[in-house]
Amino acid sequence: MADTLQFDLVSPERRLSSVTAREVQIPGTDGDLTAMAGHVPTITTLRPGILRVVHTGGTEDFVVSGGFAEITATNVSVLAEQALPRAQVTADVHARMVAEAREAVTAAQATGDTTRVDEAAKALADIESIGLR
Amino acid sequence: MPSLKDLKNRIASVKSTRKITKAMQMVAAAKLRRAQDAAEAARPYTERFNAVMAGLAAGTAGSPAAPALLAGTGRDQVHMLVVMTSERGLCGAFNSSIARMARVEAQRLLAAGKTVRILTVGKKGRDALRRDLGQYFVAHVDLSAERRLGYTVGQRIARDLIARYEAGEFDVATIFFNRFQSVISQVPTTRQVIPATFEDTGASANYDYEPGEEAILADLLPRGVATQIFSALLENAASEQGARMSAMDNATRNAGDMIDRLTIQYNRSRQAAITKELIEIISGAEAV
Repeated sequence: MADTLQFDLVSPERRLSSVTAREVQIPGTDGDLTAMAGHVPTITTLRPGILRVVHTGGTEDFVVSGGFAEITATNVSVLAEQALPRAQVTADVHARMVAEAREAVTAAQATGDTTRVDEAAKALADIESIGLR
Repeated sequence: MPSLKDLKNRIASVKSTRKITKAMQMVAAAKLRRAQDAAEAARPYTERFNAVMAGLAAGTAGSPAAPALLAGTGRDQVHMLVVMTSERGLCGAFNSSIARMARVEAQRLLAAGKTVRILTVGKKGRDALRRDLGQYFVAHVDLSAERRLGYTVGQRIARDLIARYEAGEFDVATIFFNRFQSVISQVPTTRQVIPATFEDTGASANYDYEPGEEAILADLLPRGVATQIFSALLENAASEQGARMSAMDNATRNAGDMIDRLTIQYNRSRQAAITKELIEIISGAEAV
């Protein structure tokens, strides 16, 4: 059995990556998971975080937020609402993402819906932690 | 009979019109290429998304826990028509074909006793519908400030729509846009976005869902609406440029024909004037 899988990362605006990978580390909503060949078919939503692809040529990191990943035994497709190669996430970009998440928290607080506030706060924390790594 | 000078001015003016339409055609061609690339780049995402959603939706359809965005409100009374047009004119029948379709649909719904609300995207559609249906307008999205059509635009429209839906403002939302078929053919299309519909591809494997199926559905449905609106916006943008390109191509050709006609007329009347003068000279000489 082949020990590689086809990895695709697409955002609504473009296809960012399409390579043969050995493993893909995915920031799932319920926790990180690593997909390798032969993984049970799974669909998981994403939290803002770092997606790492390990292939023969090394590793590639992407910053993703929102969306979901579809994992089958031979394929991993990540459909991210926002996705950028790690190198392109400069301090400016990160600051903007944090600012957006903060706004979302404020907006959620205005509605008074506690679940929404929690979710927004979690997203903010996730985004902040990306920069610290 | 216009004088020679009038004709000459006329020719000069048509020539400068031709220059303008030619330039607009070339600009539209360049923009079309970009718009087509953008539409192409968005396709993989939309396709995958719809495939997954179709699988998910088929699994939860009919279950009482299905989210309202999928199951609908159970009513069919208030219809929201989202009419997507362009910000600029001079693109042939592009805007009027969408407006016509929206008008027909609105009249059909009104005749059936339904309530109609209209959200316009793009200035031209708003102008075209204002006279007959102005009283049904609820909101307008201005795209003239957007230099590049990004996903955030689709997201913004979708958020607005979903907020209105959750507030109970309407039961069914349909978008009107032009589907890009080719440079010379754009097809006015309607698509229902709320409650969400997905073409069932029937290719849904047995997936593990993490977190649960319903949580994923609740998370993805709003994104699904945004994705559909975004892809419609992209199709529309490509269609607009295609329509403008062929309209301007026609205009350029017409201007060329007109210049030819006017030039012939100009030469004829010049010749006639010369002949007339000659006759006068000759008859004058004979009379002596």
